[in-house]
This record gives sequence, structure tokens and C-alpha cells, in this order.
Amino acid sequence: MTASKRRPVSTLGKAVLGIAFAGLAVAALAADKVKIGFVSTLSGPSSALGVDIRDAFLLYVKMNGGKLGGLPAEVLVSDDQFKPDVARQLFERNVKRDHVDFMTGVVFSNIMLAALPEAIDNKVIYVSPNAAPSPMAGKDCNPWFFAVSWPNDAYHEAAGEFANQRGLKSVYLVAPNYQAGKDSLAGFKRTFKGQVVGENYTKLGQLDYAAELAEIRAAKPQVLYIFLPGGMGINFIKQFVAAGLGKETMLLLPGFSADQDVIGPVGPAMAGLFNTAHWSPDFTNAANQKFVAEFRKEYKRTPTLYASQGYDDAQLIDATIRATKGNLADKDALRRAMRTAKFDSVRGPFKFNTNQYPIQNYYVRTVGSDGHGGLINKSFNDPILRDHGDAYVQACKMPK
Amino acid sequence: MSGLFVLEQALNGLQLGFMLFLLAAGLTLVFGVMDMINMAHGSLYMIGAFVAAWLVGLTGSFIIGVAGAIALTALFGILLETSILRTLYARDHLSQVLATFALILILNDGVKMIFGNDLPLSAPQALEGPIEIIPGLMYSAWRLLIIAVGVVVAVLLYLLVQKTRMGALVRAGASNREMCTAMGVDVGRLFTLVFGLGAALCAVAGSLLAPLLAVQVGMGENILILAFVVIVIGGIGSIRGALVGAMLVGIVDTMGRTLLQQLLREALPPQWASAAGPALASMSVYLLMAVMLVARPQGLFPVRT
Repeated sequence: MTASKRRPVSTLGKAVLGIAFAGLAVAALAADKVKIGFVSTLSGPSSALGVDIRDAFLLYVKMNGGKLGGLPAEVLVSDDQFKPDVARQLFERNVKRDHVDFMTGVVFSNIMLAALPEAIDNKVIYVSPNAAPSPMAGKDCNPWFFAVSWPNDAYHEAAGEFANQRGLKSVYLVAPNYQAGKDSLAGFKRTFKGQVVGENYTKLGQLDYAAELAEIRAAKPQVLYIFLPGGMGINFIKQFVAAGLGKETMLLLPGFSADQDVIGPVGPAMAGLFNTAHWSPDFTNAANQKFVAEFRKEYKRTPTLYASQGYDDAQLIDATIRATKGNLADKDALRRAMRTAKFDSVRGPFKFNTNQYPIQNYYVRTVGSDGHGGLINKSFNDPILRDHGDAYVQACKMPK
Repeated sequence: MSGLFVLEQALNGLQLGFMLFLLAAGLTLVFGVMDMINMAHGSLYMIGAFVAAWLVGLTGSFIIGVAGAIALTALFGILLETSILRTLYARDHLSQVLATFALILILNDGVKMIFGNDLPLSAPQALEGPIEIIPGLMYSAWRLLIIAVGVVVAVLLYLLVQKTRMGALVRAGASNREMCTAMGVDVGRLFTLVFGLGAALCAVAGSLLAPLLAVQVGMGENILILAFVVIVIGGIGSIRGALVGAMLVGIVDTMGRTLLQQLLREALPPQWASAAGPALASMSVYLLMAVMLVARPQGLFPVRT
């Protein structure tokens, strides 16, 4: 080898190398794109919720020019088929093979809890657009888990408070005989100051509520509160109306039992029912008006609560990436940025509690005419619960 | 506990029984006559409800809706039988279960593509609310109608099965299919007719229950299990068995949810009663079936000898 070839790199070469390294350094700081694993229930009977979350999530990405936080966004959508084991496999694939930066999407808490370890054990942030079980708010809270929706008990606590406000003294409670049913009614009882005249735990998936309705008629409560998700709630409300109980007893519902996906199948009988939620399509804040208008334009239907959650899910991820200036490599920085991320939530004021569950307002809504022959939820101006967190936060020891 | 309350619960039990009977009658015929386990029976019920809701929305008339749903669902059932199910008769029950389970999934998402995830359907205005049947007892008019239709369908089916030539063939097919074939009966056509009849009964059940239950994708699966319980109790292939089984299931389920709970509350400490009551109520129907399987595995009115 000649001396000349052994010479150190020329000045020009240094410069070129320097630029190359600089390029690498920039790449390490700001990623060239963001990958998001979106796993949800998109087929079968329970798919309407997941479809709404997905549609709203993708709508935000589309409205944002295909970007989140300034980075081109790649959303890997897959269907968990309402099966926990399938969800877990999809999470594993998204995290280990696709190396996604965020996971999100799951609707149901049993499915989410089965799949979640694949994300949070590998330091991938999971943003929950719906399921927000109480244990994850308390003793099982996790720095990689964020709930952008609402804590499990919140709607029920709001409903109990509304009954107080109306001066209602006696309540009859109905829920399916399983843990979530008991937890929900416990949430109602936490805020309700009157007397519980009856509590009925029915079979999960029950079709016919004639027997329960007869008992309710005999118990003569002033207010009837039910936690019956999905088809059970639709069946119950239809039969409640057919039994003519509405004249004697006020039926009070959690928001998801009086949302657009319940109004559809129940029909005109929904008019005038009260329910509690953290969001309503008639909210007048600018972000919400834009969301509802764009959603209707894109999908030709009124968004549900689930859609609003999917939209805020995308907004939260967008704001987080913007806060770290596109740096996705420092996972802990990303997590800290998400805790304080600022975005214009369609629900109005929103911030994370120390357990990474929301602190927000809850409203009473009533179902009324949308002016085009259909029905839609309208909210009361004043929140029934203001800056409300959850009852479990003290039990959460969140690492910094 | 007043007499009126017990009477109301008895009516509820009866009504639940008739609702199950409408579904179980078709299922037991198909199972009994064709020896075919059709898991997709619930899907025909769903299709009946969706078609009824769609037609009522379109025409504004409940009668047209129900009639159209019966005709279209029967037609669909016949198409399904001649195109797909026919190839399954020679297979064992496991293959039938697998194939018809696949049909459930396909039909669920098929219905979703055509009609969407759910449709609204309310009872006609005149029958929407409750009526006072005796002083002090208000009862849903629509539920009374279901009881009435259940009685009429039961009588018609009885006449059809006991008094007509087709009924004789159905009975013959159910009790001994090989002999029936050997006697020169066109079993293929008989099966198609029976399946169409079963589908029509599904549509009756679907469209009558739609004002009380959610018309949504997957509505068939929930009720199918109860229908199977009914035919196991009643004896496979027997319309009479389906009727008695449905009444038993309806009344046991309703009483389990009400009277049993009240008895427990009086007999046990409150925390025991509140834990055991709902659990026992959920199990009551299945306990009945388990007892029946031990005591009379062939069902109450066995057809096959």
C-alpha cells in the first residue's frame, strides 16, 4: 500500500462524513415516519364500536394530510375478531415484527387486558380509545398505559349525581351478573344519596326482561338506572317502553346505552331519555364542530361517543409526537410528553391524572329531534361533574 | 307478593315460552326429519327480523312487513337448502356443525353488508303500549299478541303435522327415514319443504320479536342456545315436545328470576341470597335440561323409536 493512499481522509472527505453523521444524528432525533398498530373488533356482531373508533382515527390522520405530529403516519389496522387470543397475537406481531411506535384501538376491556402486556412489557405506549378498567387506574396502573376515553365508573357516578340534583330519592338498579356490572352499580351508589329500593343482577346476554320489569313496577322506584351494554340495553329499553313504565319511573342511562348506535335500533322510543357522558355531538367548541361536520361528510352518519374517542386518540398521539419534535426513539421522553400533551379535545377541557386516566367534565344529555326526522343527543350546558377524575387514583404508584 | 304479580309473571313465562316455541318448532323439524344439526337456524331468525324491519320501514305497514319477511325468508331457506345444506346430509354431525357455524359467520357479515349493523322496528302504534287486562294489571299489548300468534301457530302446526299428507310424511321421515325412503317418498323434496317451513317459522319469530328485541347482527346466536335446550327437553323431531319444552323453559326461567329469588331472600341471609339468587336464576334452565337428560335422555315426547 502506498503512502499516499494511507493518508488520512481529505478535508473534503471529512466534510462529507460529517454531513453523513449529522444526517444520522437527525435521523435518530426525528423519525422519518410514525407507525401505529391499531387492533380492534372490526367484524361480527360487536364490530360497530371498533369501526367507529377506526373511522374517526383515520379521519383525523386524513384531515391532517396523512401525518401525525408532522411525520407521515402509517396506521396498521387489524381485526381482533372479538377474540382475546387473536388480539394478543396481533399485538405481538405489531410490536415485534412491525416495530410500531404506538399501539391503540381495542374496544373491550377483556380483550385489551389479554393483549396489553405485549405492548407495555416491551415499552410500547398503549393508548386506550375506550376500555378504561378500574384496576388499571389504581393498583395496576402502568406508565405505558394511557386512557384517552373515560374511567369505567365515571358515567355511573355522573348519573348518581344527576339523580341527586333532580331530587330523586329512590332508585332501582339493573346490571348483568358479572364484575363490570357490579362495579358500575357501585359507581352509581358512590354518588347517589337516596335509597336503593331494588338491585337486580340479570343473566349476561339476557333477551327478555319481562320478569324484571314486573318487579320494577311493583317496587315503584322514582328512577331506574341500568348498566346493560350492547344488545341487552336495546332489548331492555324497547321492553321498558312496551310495558308502559315510562310514565311512573324515569329511566336513566349511561351515555353508551343512549348513543347513536342505540338510538338507531330502538327508534322513536328513545326520545326524552336522559343519559350521562363526557361528550355530545352538539358541543359547540371549534374542534368538535369541525369533527362532527367532517365525520358526517366522510361517512354519512352522526359520530358516536366511540368515534369521538377515536378522534381524540389520534389527536393525542399527534400532539405527543409534536411535543418531542418527532423523536420516537427515546421512549421515556415520549411517555412523559404524552402525560402533558396539549390538544383541542372534542370533549372540551382534558388533562391526564397521575394515573394517566382523564380528568374531565361529565354532562347530562337528552335524546331529542335532530330536525331531519331523526334523533340525536343534546347536552345540558353545565357539567354535572366538573374536573372529575376517578376513585382509584390514590392506589396508583406511578413511576416518574 | 300479590296475586296480580304472580299472574303477571305467569303471563311472562307463557309469552317467553311461545317466543321460544316459534323458533324451536322449526329447529326440531329440521333436526328430527333431516337428522341435520343446523346451527344457522338462528341466522334465518335474524334474516326474518331484518327483512321485516326493512319492509316495515319501506312500506309503513307491519302486516306487509311480516308477510314479506315470511315469504322471503322461506325462499332464502329453500335456496340455502338446495344449494349448500343438501350436500351435508350424508356427513356426520360434526361436519354439519362446522359447516353451519361457518354459515353463521358468513350470514352475519352478509346481513351487515346489505342492511347495516342494525335496523329500528317498533310495534304498530295501537299495540305499542300496555293495556289493562284486568283492573290493576297492565300488560304489554305486543306480548299478548305474541301469545296469541303462538297459540295460532301451534294449532296450525298441529293440524299440518297430524291431519295432512305432508304432515304424515314429516312424521314418517322423523321416526324412520330409511323406511320412508324405501316406501318411495321423495325425501329430497320433503326436506326442502320442511326446511322452507322452518325458515318461515323463524321469520314469524324474528318479525314478532323485533319490536321487543334488538334487530342487530348476531341476534340469532343468543336465542339459538335456548331453542336447542327446548328441543332437547321436548324430544327431537316432536312439535308437541317443542311446545311443552318451550313452555317449561319459559316458565322455569321466569319463575327462577322472580319467585325463586324472593324465596331465597326470605330463607337465606341477605348476602347469601344476593349471591346465590342471580346465579341460580341464570342456571335454572340448564339445570332443568341436565335433570331431563339424566331422567329421560330421549326427551319428553320422543319421536324416534
